[in-house]
Amino acid sequence: MDIKAYIALSVALFTIGVIGVLIRRNAIIIFMCVELMLNAVNLLLVAFSKMHALSNVAKASATFASDAQIFVFFIMVVAAAEVSVGLAIIVMMYRNVHTIDVNFLNRLKN
Amino acid sequence: MNITTIIFILLSVMALGSAIMMITSKSPVHSVLWLIIVFFAISGHYILLNAQFLAIVNIIVYAGAIMVLFLFVVMLMNLNAETEPIKNYRLQLVGVVSGCSLLLIIIMALNRLDVENVVEMKVGDGGLIKVLGMTLFKNYVLPFEISSVLFLSAMIGAVVIGKKDMIADKK
Repeated sequence: MDIKAYIALSVALFTIGVIGVLIRRNAIIIFMCVELMLNAVNLLLVAFSKMHALSNVAKASATFASDAQIFVFFIMVVAAAEVSVGLAIIVMMYRNVHTIDVNFLNRLKN
Repeated sequence: MNITTIIFILLSVMALGSAIMMITSKSPVHSVLWLIIVFFAISGHYILLNAQFLAIVNIIVYAGAIMVLFLFVVMLMNLNAETEPIKNYRLQLVGVVSGCSLLLIIIMALNRLDVENVVEMKVGDGGLIKVLGMTLFKNYVLPFEISSVLFLSAMIGAVVIGKKDMIADKK
């Protein structure tokens, strides 16, 4: 498979995530769109790692082919930590203003 | 057109269609379920790229743990299509147009790129548990340990933020 097909797919998924952040007002949906963008980048990293596995540099070393997949693990680690804290913040916001509409979070405006 | 291409197209259509359904569906519970389908499609892509361990981890961590957390919060707040805040139509249109412009710009840039690299599919041992474990515990031990500290701080942070009368106590 051509690398361009994977780049196009990842860009499309990323863009859908961006559009979701722009058109929704529900804080949880916006958060889920961020997760979708992270996943698009993960997919692209794995695709690049498999592209790199065919190169001569990678064939000389045993572990070079899996470096990008380790990066994906760390992205997943950071995403899991981010979700736990982010959802705690959303729950706290819901407890204070009794809505998850992001338009209510404009107290810093004036 | 061989079977790999057909599976690739099938999984891509599944991922993109579910992602579009996710951002357009009214009910937050439906959005969560559509996002789980997206994650399963991406896991299928990982299997197609012979990154099997990553596929399993993606299903366990994302579809299993993170989405259950989202679903739990959605059900805790009792959100449904009636309580869903709707952005006004003009702002939605602006969002879609600007997102599509981003897509268009990157796709046009991609079009002018003249690389002929191909991706290795269904073969290669870079994604197997043995190779990944060797890489992780030989070259990336320090980041691995630091990530455990990150998890600990995230856990403490979530507990502190979620504590019941934090704001009332401050007053």
